[in-house]
Amino acid sequence: MYSHGKITAAMKAAFPYTIPIFAGFWFLGITYGVYMQVSGFSFWYPMLMSLTIFGGSLEFVAVSMLLSAFAPVQTLVVALMLQARHLFYGIAMLDKFKGTGWKKVYLIFGMCDESFSINCSAEIPTGIDRGWFMFFVTLFNQIYWVTGATLGGLLGALIPFNTEGLDFAMTAMFVVIFLDQWRKEKGHAASLIGLGASLVCLLIFGADNFLLPAMACILAFLTLLRRHAGEEGN
Amino acid sequence: MTLTQRIITIALCALGTMATRFLPFLLFSSRRPTPRYIQYLGRVLPGAIFGMLVIYCLRNVDLMAGSHGLPEAIAIAVVAALHLWKGQMLLSIAGGTICYMLLVQIVF
Repeated sequence: MYSHGKITAAMKAAFPYTIPIFAGFWFLGITYGVYMQVSGFSFWYPMLMSLTIFGGSLEFVAVSMLLSAFAPVQTLVVALMLQARHLFYGIAMLDKFKGTGWKKVYLIFGMCDESFSINCSAEIPTGIDRGWFMFFVTLFNQIYWVTGATLGGLLGALIPFNTEGLDFAMTAMFVVIFLDQWRKEKGHAASLIGLGASLVCLLIFGADNFLLPAMACILAFLTLLRRHAGEEGN
Repeated sequence: MTLTQRIITIALCALGTMATRFLPFLLFSSRRPTPRYIQYLGRVLPGAIFGMLVIYCLRNVDLMAGSHGLPEAIAIAVVAALHLWKGQMLLSIAGGTICYMLLVQIVF
């Protein structure tokens, strides 16, 4: 049955999961829009960039690329390196996105850190359509980001109240998801590897360069773990 | 930059992002069985990724200067305590965020 009821139910189930993202994305999105405005771009830029790129960190970097000399190869390389973590998300979601029909293309297109984390970790209630649930999580998150970025580009620095620290909502969400995962899993090797390898790489390589080495270390350790533990290394 | 160059720059950013998002799905199509190593990675990666994302969010915290990461440490402790106590995602996140905002706006 392909009814409205099924779609509405999935939308209602998905919405509460996206509330923290609303706080975080509006804060960051507005900040990004303001940043573009003071850098001399009209609101069309943050609006269209948040719609098509839909990846926060790269969009911030793209502002400085737009302000310097045209360097297409460098732009593509930076984009690929900064976004390489999505390769992991895709591998983790290969099974979960199966059987979602036409929605799969949008689920992959909109798979930012936050949408991935919710879709990967949420325990979707029985009776709720998985495909539609993940679709609405992704859609809501993108709406928050695009409206935030556009508002920032339109309003500039006119935001009336002190929002400093509001973006911590995103950190808090990842901590919560990490804890949920921790309680769910049998062994904690993978979680500890992710935390430890990233921390060590951050200390060695610094904030701007640690993600790629961290990903390489995580892959290496997880592969070793599999050899060590036989097939089931979970 | 001309307008065309700007459009190309933005398009390349979108292309790079989409390449990383779509590649695994293009490489391991649902028609052929996924290699067992990739299946294994799919099972163990989420835990590792969430650990990585927590560190990623905290990457700009400077332990040696400013507030030495204290507001972050306190707020994360609040999030964890709330979550282990009540187990309600939104409550844990809201509590931790309000605590953090108070800390950075008033205390530190």
